[in-house]
Amino acid sequence: MRFLRRFFARLGNSALQRRDEQRLKDEIEEHIALQTAENVGAGMPAGEARRQAMLKFGGVEPMKEDYRAEGGMVFVETLLQDIRFALRMLRRNPGFSALAVLCLTLGVGANAAVFSWIEGILLRPFPAVAHQERMVALEGTTPSSEYTSVDLSWPDLLDLQRNCRLVDWLIADKIMGASLSIGGRSDRAIGSIVSANYFDALGIRPILGRGFEPGEDTGQNAHPVVVISYEMWQNTFHGDPEIIGKTQRFNNVQHTIIGVAPKGFYGTFVGWSIQFWAPASMLQVFEGRNFSLEDRGARWIEGFAMVKPGVTRAQAQAEINGIAGRLDATYPEIDRGRGVNLVPLWLTPFNKANEMRSTLEIMLAVVIFVLLIACANVGNLLLVRFFARRHEMIVRLAVGAARSRLVRQLLTEGLILAGLGAVGGLFVAHWCRHLLVLFFPRTGTVPYLPGEIDWRVLALSIGVCVFSTVLFGLIPATQASRIDLAAALKSEMGGLVSSQSRSWLRSGLVLVQVSLSFVLLVGAALLLQSLQKMRNTSPGFSTRGVLLTQVDLFGSGYDAQRAENFQKQLLERVQSLPGVESAAFAGFVPLGLVPPATAPIAVDGYVPPPNEQPVVDYNQVSPGYLATAGIALVSGREFTAADNRTAAPVAIVNDAMVQQFWHGRDPVGQRLQVGGRWMRVVGVTQTSKYEYISETPRPFFFVPLLQNPAPRASLSVRTRMPAQVAAPLLAREMDALDAGVPHYALITMQQQLERSTSSQKAAVGLLGVLGGLALFLATIGLYGVVSYAVSQSKRELGLRMALGANSSNLLWHVLSRGLALTASGVAVGGVASFALARLVADLLYHVSAHDPVAFGSAFVIMMFASMAACFYPAWRASQTDPMVALRYE
Amino acid sequence: MTTTSGKQKSDVPQGTLALMILKTLDVLGPLHGYGIARRIEQISRDVLAVNQGSLYPVLLKLEQEGAIASEWGASENNRRARFYRLTRAGHKLLEAEKRDWEQTAATIARFFEVKAGDLS
Repeated sequence: MRFLRRFFARLGNSALQRRDEQRLKDEIEEHIALQTAENVGAGMPAGEARRQAMLKFGGVEPMKEDYRAEGGMVFVETLLQDIRFALRMLRRNPGFSALAVLCLTLGVGANAAVFSWIEGILLRPFPAVAHQERMVALEGTTPSSEYTSVDLSWPDLLDLQRNCRLVDWLIADKIMGASLSIGGRSDRAIGSIVSANYFDALGIRPILGRGFEPGEDTGQNAHPVVVISYEMWQNTFHGDPEIIGKTQRFNNVQHTIIGVAPKGFYGTFVGWSIQFWAPASMLQVFEGRNFSLEDRGARWIEGFAMVKPGVTRAQAQAEINGIAGRLDATYPEIDRGRGVNLVPLWLTPFNKANEMRSTLEIMLAVVIFVLLIACANVGNLLLVRFFARRHEMIVRLAVGAARSRLVRQLLTEGLILAGLGAVGGLFVAHWCRHLLVLFFPRTGTVPYLPGEIDWRVLALSIGVCVFSTVLFGLIPATQASRIDLAAALKSEMGGLVSSQSRSWLRSGLVLVQVSLSFVLLVGAALLLQSLQKMRNTSPGFSTRGVLLTQVDLFGSGYDAQRAENFQKQLLERVQSLPGVESAAFAGFVPLGLVPPATAPIAVDGYVPPPNEQPVVDYNQVSPGYLATAGIALVSGREFTAADNRTAAPVAIVNDAMVQQFWHGRDPVGQRLQVGGRWMRVVGVTQTSKYEYISETPRPFFFVPLLQNPAPRASLSVRTRMPAQVAAPLLAREMDALDAGVPHYALITMQQQLERSTSSQKAAVGLLGVLGGLALFLATIGLYGVVSYAVSQSKRELGLRMALGANSSNLLWHVLSRGLALTASGVAVGGVASFALARLVADLLYHVSAHDPVAFGSAFVIMMFASMAACFYPAWRASQTDPMVALRYE
Repeated sequence: MTTTSGKQKSDVPQGTLALMILKTLDVLGPLHGYGIARRIEQISRDVLAVNQGSLYPVLLKLEQEGAIASEWGASENNRRARFYRLTRAGHKLLEAEKRDWEQTAATIARFFEVKAGDLS
């Protein structure tokens, strides 16, 4: 009777609907009552009659299972049971659950963040553009291998536009900086010069006003109109609803604001948020006189194309190749051997995506390492808990639970952890979306590098999390299916899983963790060393005691003559300031964002290889620039005020140029032809760094600013004053000359140097953070394994102590086990790093990918971390009281 | 517990039990679970001798399939009992199952009747 009552009670607890339960209960009661009545009628005593009736009815439990199975609820019911049970187990061990969820959150968060950056910067950088998956970047190619990609010219683009049948459109885009004058004050803005079809092609509808109309990109300076970004509308114009039709001075030319771009459209230059767009007809206003739309040789366009639906990139490329071939034949002197490649957005050659690509690719590998390490921790935690619960498992198996049911239970627990970890990780990724920018210097314009968390990133992150947790959740599950029930029941403690295989599994996981984090540490150390080398490399000019700023007279509408006067007067004023040793102008800022001017050259006695026109970069500098910048003169003299417009053209070349074109002979007094104009070489400088700190020595020359005017120039000031002190003094002098000239930030040459290594710094910073995270997770794992081993071998430790070992013996005994584990992990990791280091070789500067210092320091850090992880459990082991330990159990 | 045959008795195939239930309801009209069990027991002698309970999952299945319907009524000793009756769909199902069964039985029977010589 008790049996029946329990059965009904259990039935009541189940997930069956109450109506069904009651019905089955009534039916069984009735059935047994009828059978009992019949048995009594046949002459049995009442008690025996009921017993026989119940026997005849058969096993109620299996029937119940069948009944539920018929009811179709068995799956849902056990699932709910599993989830309820798993939640109860997680609540019962809050420490375990929190640690596991933390590990997963960090691992998944790092992954999701990097996924979102790759999505937002490389794969789908223009979320406001419909069908950006069909968008391709235009990469101009030249016959020479020296420059792999160049920009396009306007006539070439028009020819492509006219003749391409397989693309929906081609657009021109050119990022530029401009001065923006608002009420006597001058400000800086980042803009884009675009073809008139820009907004229509991208499917961007201005929220106010209109986009450009066809034809607005034709005619010299014929259409002074701009579309401004939502941010500029809000910040600069305070969301003025009447903004359309108002005029605004850009680069000292009145432009009519004709439209406001929608919120969330930042232009098509990855890395910067564009604030306004002007049509190509205004090119000269923003880029200078020597740019012309008609000039097929003026290559300034960074363009995109939209391939038609159903057309592959290869098909469109074939068509483009044909057109480029015809252009080659039509304009042999300009377009000889030139072509246009259609490249996917993530390979765009001209924007910041290009700069970030290798870093992001490495980060992708790194975060997968971090995730593996985090998951190994979770796997380890699950294993420990599984061993702690083996008693429960044995009992469940003994009363008839299927092994598959136990495995399902463990997997359910793993999946719940994965779910929590995934949610936490996505929050982390959400917070980290805009974190990438932090690795760049805060001076000047801050780059815009957003992460994009769309459904792909969501799905991938959750998928990765669930996959890895199931993978690691399965480790205890495999153990569960290997339980030898008979042996386990015979001996309560051992027998379940041999302690050997148990510790082998856990140690194996830790070994993997240690080796993975060792690889990351080596990577971080290599990059750090490379960054250090870069910073310690002498750039060939002074980085101390030199301040730098931009003086953009072009943007304020100066012509060459007025600019020359302004520059001359400003130099006189600045040089007379107390504390200023010297000051000079230069057209090109070393290590800046803008590449130097470049010109074809010819030298007497130098015969270039056939079909090749030597091209060398140069800088226009005012007298005294070399002394101010600290560039050493090897022979000859510097430019003086006498090297002016009326004097004979002169030039100063660098050492690398002497080696290449004069075969090492001193060229002072020799002739140099620059762009068809002969100049006399008057001096030779040491080779310094020009565009990048990591560049190899390259030919370079200087020409006098007075003979080659540049209204957009940088001012270098040699002074002991800090920048904060000098800035207001300089501003006062500039305002005294013309308050309409915008002030740029005054920075030290050191800051300029650091800005130029920012992408390396970003890589080091990211790898450092992730390497630290990996080390932290691996340390937790090691700590867990060692302290668990200590708690399991209390008896052995007590025995050792009773037999005469002292505490330092025990301390060393435990420590050495942990360190041996670490050492083998480091050995595996060392081999792996040796093989993988080639991947970062591209980012390294003057550091071997197998640099012993990097490997050595990673080893030391790993050993210290493992000492730290093992010390507490080892110390606890050394405090074992033999009496307590031996009495235990 | 003893069984009429000496060897371990195998479970009744589910389809067979369902067919027996349908036929029972067809012949006897609305009946409660115990009544069905008794009837099957009488005719088949020992199919349900030890496992009357296994009837109920099959009843639930048939009801969910719509072959039978059930309602509460009073049993012989005036207790609440659930009475099952055949539905129109159940009649059709019974006919179909019966045909199938006869076909299968006939096929199997032919196999047993065929002598070795007939195959050549």
